[in-house]
Amino acid sequence: MTGLPEVVADPGGNTRSDDGGLVVEGLTVVTEGRGTPVVEDITFRVARGQVLGLVGESGSGKSTVGVALLGLARHGLRIAGGRVCVDGIDILSLEGKSLQQARGRLVAYVPQDPASGLNPALRVGRQLREAIAIHSEVLRDGETVNGRVLQLMEEVGLPGTEAFLNSYPHQMSGGQQQRVGIAMAFSCRPRVIVLDEPTTGLDVTTQRRVLETVRQMTTEHQVTSVYVSHDLAVVAQLADQTAVLYAGRLVENARTDAIFRGSRHPYSVGLLKAVPSSARSEILVGIEGRPPRPGRWPRGCSFADRCGNVQDACRHELPQLRDLGDSEPHWVRCYFPEPPVSVAHAKEPVPALSGDRPPVLTVRGVAASYGPRQVLRNVSFDVTAGRCTAVVGQSGSGKTTLARSLVGLHTDWTGEVQLSGTKLSSDPRRRSKEERRIMQYVFQNPYGSLNPRMTVRENLEEPLRYFFNLSRSERNQKVDDILQTVALSTEYGERLPQQLSGGERQRVAVGRALIVDPEVMVCDEITSALDVSVQALLVEQLRQLQVDRGLSMVFITHNLAVVRSIAQDVVVLSDGVIVEHGPVDQVLDHPAHGYTQRLLADLPSTE
Amino acid sequence: MTEVLQATGAIAPQPKGKTAHPIRSLLISRLATGVLSVIVISIVVYAATLVLPGDAATAILGQQATPERLAQLRSQLHLDQSPVSGYLSWAKAALHGDFGTSLTQGQRVWDLIAPRLANSAVLIVATAIVSTILGVLLGMWAASRKDSWVDHSLSVTALVASSLPEFVVAVFVVMIFAVTVFTWFPAVSILPEGEHIWDEPNKLVLPVLALVIVVTPYVFRMFRASLIEALSSDYVEVATLKGASTSRLLFGHALPNSLAATIQVVGLNLLYLAGGIALVETVFQYPGIGLALVASITDRDVPTIQFLVVLLAIAYVFLNIVTDVAVLLVTPRRRLPR
Amino acid sequence: MTTTAEPVSPPIEQGPVKRRGAVRRILRGALATRRGQVGLALTLLVVGLAFIGPFVPSRSATEFSGVPYSLPGNGSVLGTDALGRDVLARVLHGGWTLLLLAAISTALAVLLGAVAGVVAAYRGRVTETVIMRSVDIVLAIPQLVFVLLIVSVIGAKTWLLVLAVTLCQAPQVARVMYASAQDICERDFVKAVALWGVPPRTVIRRHIMPSLTTPLAVECGLRLSFSIILIAGLNFLGFGTQPPNPSWGVMVNENRLGLATNYWGVLAPAILLAILAVGTNVFADALARVAFGGERGEETAAVTALELTTS
Repeated sequence: MTGLPEVVADPGGNTRSDDGGLVVEGLTVVTEGRGTPVVEDITFRVARGQVLGLVGESGSGKSTVGVALLGLARHGLRIAGGRVCVDGIDILSLEGKSLQQARGRLVAYVPQDPASGLNPALRVGRQLREAIAIHSEVLRDGETVNGRVLQLMEEVGLPGTEAFLNSYPHQMSGGQQQRVGIAMAFSCRPRVIVLDEPTTGLDVTTQRRVLETVRQMTTEHQVTSVYVSHDLAVVAQLADQTAVLYAGRLVENARTDAIFRGSRHPYSVGLLKAVPSSARSEILVGIEGRPPRPGRWPRGCSFADRCGNVQDACRHELPQLRDLGDSEPHWVRCYFPEPPVSVAHAKEPVPALSGDRPPVLTVRGVAASYGPRQVLRNVSFDVTAGRCTAVVGQSGSGKTTLARSLVGLHTDWTGEVQLSGTKLSSDPRRRSKEERRIMQYVFQNPYGSLNPRMTVRENLEEPLRYFFNLSRSERNQKVDDILQTVALSTEYGERLPQQLSGGERQRVAVGRALIVDPEVMVCDEITSALDVSVQALLVEQLRQLQVDRGLSMVFITHNLAVVRSIAQDVVVLSDGVIVEHGPVDQVLDHPAHGYTQRLLADLPSTE
Repeated sequence: MTEVLQATGAIAPQPKGKTAHPIRSLLISRLATGVLSVIVISIVVYAATLVLPGDAATAILGQQATPERLAQLRSQLHLDQSPVSGYLSWAKAALHGDFGTSLTQGQRVWDLIAPRLANSAVLIVATAIVSTILGVLLGMWAASRKDSWVDHSLSVTALVASSLPEFVVAVFVVMIFAVTVFTWFPAVSILPEGEHIWDEPNKLVLPVLALVIVVTPYVFRMFRASLIEALSSDYVEVATLKGASTSRLLFGHALPNSLAATIQVVGLNLLYLAGGIALVETVFQYPGIGLALVASITDRDVPTIQFLVVLLAIAYVFLNIVTDVAVLLVTPRRRLPR
Repeated sequence: MTTTAEPVSPPIEQGPVKRRGAVRRILRGALATRRGQVGLALTLLVVGLAFIGPFVPSRSATEFSGVPYSLPGNGSVLGTDALGRDVLARVLHGGWTLLLLAAISTALAVLLGAVAGVVAAYRGRVTETVIMRSVDIVLAIPQLVFVLLIVSVIGAKTWLLVLAVTLCQAPQVARVMYASAQDICERDFVKAVALWGVPPRTVIRRHIMPSLTTPLAVECGLRLSFSIILIAGLNFLGFGTQPPNPSWGVMVNENRLGLATNYWGVLAPAILLAILAVGTNVFADALARVAFGGERGEETAAVTALELTTS
């Protein structure tokens, strides 16, 4: 193993290994039984007061690295080698009592899910006090545990009142829970904090506040933060340094702007080509295939099977990290790195959609409720034939209710919805078969929308059995056609859904909606559960389908950036009302309503 | 854990929807169902006497049926009235504390059953206490040494012990501790008339032992499973990463979350004991309500049957309510709305 | 119309999975574990004895054959019982009725309970409330007491016993199937199909039932082991098989007084009942672990909760 990737030199030009930052060398985690490596040879260095963004998609091992920095290996795994040096102490060499002493005091952790990271049976105050009580030596003279807790509450922007501290976790919002988690981590003023995707599931505005808190506390207390995430935009905004993880290994490591304006590794470049931007309307390019699972790592580079530049040498031997930077270190694990690619110029613009056709779906004055609670108020908009209208909103805005009401999953609504001229009843049972056929729905969760006991082929032909009267060979033909349309080979037909990845399942779900030849497709947050590279594949496939077939779409999402890569019109929902609507370019470049402006301002961006 | 218990049907699902006073609304809904259950059961029990083939009174008296006896029995059992008014008369008398007279023993039903009730209560409470303590301690031991040989052997023993029919266990207990290998304890627990079980405690030991063997595995398994579930949760991982010691994790974090499921199992056990004690009491001839129930059924002692069944139904409802309220008290998430 | 991307092929490592019969899968999985093997072996041992026993040449099971409670010897392998009948003969003849009745009542209970639970889950509203409240009320009655009551009133007829045991076990099955069916009905794929307008009966048949086979199979195993114990217990108390026909449960009771003299009259049937009960329960546990357990078939919260329904 070659020298340490030294990315950020201390302001004083000091490069001693214990300069108060975090130094990780050769960290390797393997499975307990067979010793199969899950993450291998992780090496990086971060200075004090800086944030490292550790980027990876699902299965990359980023969470495993995160907890390994505190000397923890999750169930079935063990830490096989490496050093994690904080303040001159190697965390991985500690055991038992000394490890317990280091955790919380030297290194701390903020979990991904704020709700499950807090004990539901204990009061919040008690959980805040816990770390301080365990490491009582961190209290300065005259300072009490309660005093420290009150100070923490002020720092994260939570009320330090008796009532708040005596409440239970379930009585708070997600944002408050997450800030409690952050406060708990900072409570003993540790040297290093590891944050595991702490803003997943939070709405954009809350996310911005949480990120600001993290930034502020990192700088104020001169802490080294490691921010693990799959969200490239968040990392671009927050981190000083970025490391990209693929299949358990680091493939690129440099200052954040070096990565986002000049990435070299084909995988990082692939990610930049896949990440949507709210500033430009671009065609997204995904990465086909799946990363190799632990135990199936190929001999050479793990990305070889998916790489556009692959050569024979790549499969022969694993490339090592090499420093390609001139003024500053820029580590890349590749034999044939790409010329620097900037996220601003990575993609082609979306071609404009021509033609002015009449609306295929008109929505007038729709109001929907869940029992006594009104969720939608007076919603009116049009979906033009052959175009995609995005419906954007945060959680609680009513966008999902709108989608479900249109298609009939939710029946408690009033107002008028016309599909190709015919008025739709709110109760799907009163709609005609034809009406039900021409508007199809794709669910958000890829793991529940396919029948687990039927093969992919059977899942796909199920609607055919109901809507058409076809012979078996005709059905088979249609299934083969649709598999080709969603870019899955016919072998997928005999597989069961559980053998497919999330992205593949979503493609089957889209295929199932398309196979009956609908006129309108309602997609309810169908990419929210997918990784960036997979999302890009699906989004681009949909856009292409729309262009080829003249399909009209209603695309529900909370992600404003994705909207630009698939929709031509956008409707912004907040609290059950439409605050703004119009062509995508117009609304996103020149937002008229305050809410839209705030949303765009709070959105983390890769720029 | 509670959600899983509900999902698998082991316990009744809680009423959905958050209310301002969860405990109060739970009590009200459970009481309503409970009262309804007791009424339905009392109707069923009363109707059972009417379903007897032929005339109930004749069937009961059999060969001793003389006209006067028949008439007397009929009026005693309210059979001379219409079914509905007969039921109401019976119910009214019961609510006033008059449960009738035993057909076979001649005494008032209450005088006959009260001492038996006390004996069974002692048996049940003693079993509950011993089995709960034992189950909790062993469960904690097994959970903290998960997958070790201790855990495996305890789990297998629990599985085997919980599979055995209770009268088989009782018979084995008698054989080993009273008859063949050791002869420390009496083989039967018959008491002279008028005595209570606390006057001769060594007759309590074997019945309790048999019941403890049957019932402890359930407490053990549930406590162990919920501790393990809590110990593998995210919040325990977060606490571990704060530097908490193993005992703090076990007692401070896992334990508070395991109480709910364990209380439910203890409640289930008490319910089972209340209902199923008949078999063990028969083996030991233990003078409790289980034995009285079997005897009264065999002898067709209708008033006693009626009283015992309704008593058991009320005990069931009461235990269910107490268990549910206790679980609610231990689960802040349901007790305090957002 | 094709897209710009080439059709992607699935990873070669995973071939098509044989999906016929989820039940077969969990059976095979259970038999692969030691628990499953031991459980099945013990069960088959006793079942074999029970059904082959009557054909083994032995002394008469109902006729007087020696001094009551006499010890083994003189050609009598296990001695005699309270009425001087040969214990071994009675043991050989005393098992099959128990097993047959248990099997029948389990089958009926599972059928009845499954239908009730699934219909309640799919129909919802009034049907659901009526069915599930009834289930709650029946479950509020102690099982043993319920059966004893029915049996005492109408008489200890065999068909009545089966009916009573069925009515005891069905509500438990109903609850489990209701919860499983509800879970399935909430899944998106069922909603998707219903959205197309497929009639409810077809939805239940094609989409809900196939996913219910696993909990159904596990419940079958559990109910069978409980039925055996319940019927044996009833026999023990004197209800069910009438004298002079032999039954293991009855034997345990009628020979109790001779425990000190010849304990074989009690021990032999008791041991057989014990082995049968443990065998069926251990096998049912193995099934439950494969169906609901963790990745390595360990006991999870779901498994524990499912099995902790006391009879």
